Amino acid sequence: MLGSIYSLLASAIFVVLDAVDVAFTEAAVGAGISTVLALGTLALTTGREKTPMHTRWLPLAVVLVTGAALIYGTFDLAPYGDPQAPVHRHVAPTYLAEAPQKTGIPNVVTAVLASYRGYDTLGETTVIFTAGVGVILLLGSWRRREDEDDDA
Amino acid sequence: MHSYLVLRVVAKLLLPFILLFALYVQFHGDYGPGGGFQAGVIFAAGFILYVLIYGLRNADQVLPRGILRFGYSCGVLLFAGVGIYDMLLGGKYLDYSVMAHDPVHGQHAGIFLVELGVGITVASVMVSVFFTFARRSKDQKD
Repeated sequence: MLGSIYSLLASAIFVVLDAVDVAFTEAAVGAGISTVLALGTLALTTGREKTPMHTRWLPLAVVLVTGAALIYGTFDLAPYGDPQAPVHRHVAPTYLAEAPQKTGIPNVVTAVLASYRGYDTLGETTVIFTAGVGVILLLGSWRRREDEDDDA
Repeated sequence: MHSYLVLRVVAKLLLPFILLFALYVQFHGDYGPGGGFQAGVIFAAGFILYVLIYGLRNADQVLPRGILRFGYSCGVLLFAGVGIYDMLLGGKYLDYSVMAHDPVHGQHAGIFLVELGVGITVASVMVSVFFTFARRSKDQKD
């Protein structure tokens, strides 16, 4: 519930930042589908947590170290909105200048996603495909194919 | 879920628009914000709304599992197939410029097909993951 509110607010922030494509995805995936899937997972599990077999210090240490590393990584990020940041000076100006003429597509995001970064997108699609197949292999009811019509 | 009349009526009114919006995002992604990922996810969200309101039994009749399995393999194959097709035409893998006489038209066609593949895969994977979760919890209750 809180996560879905957070996603909705995050998608509003993306709209403010002019990243409408990301806002679309965040609103539909974060606020919609992942909330439903989280509720579905909650319905599958029991209401009570099992008593952990190990101590809680090791997971806590892993989380703290990972979090500290991530925060340390943010110190190297360029300041927000800095036009001199490396990301704005490498290939982005070329894409912005030539993408509309070369691909005939006004939306540069789509042109970069599907044409310049076509391999990446193919990889992402394959990841989604693999995730779907994995979930179905793990949770799907393959063995109960006969009586499926009764309880479906 | 048979008694929630308001939910059922509102969902029935909203669903065509959600699905139409998904198609708009899919096919208008070249000109405005959107694209395959977004369109697939919106389509899946609309269909999940249908499942939540009308139940699994009706949803199974609307979108059988076979179609979903066919869908998500078909989307990836469409994407990869465009690449192979480009190679057969003498270009590089996923180089759409060779797909038409004019490179710009080729790019346009390639991007359109690739986004369609992404959309089909994302929509069918999302819906079938949700179906799998929903069926599983139903099985446990029985």
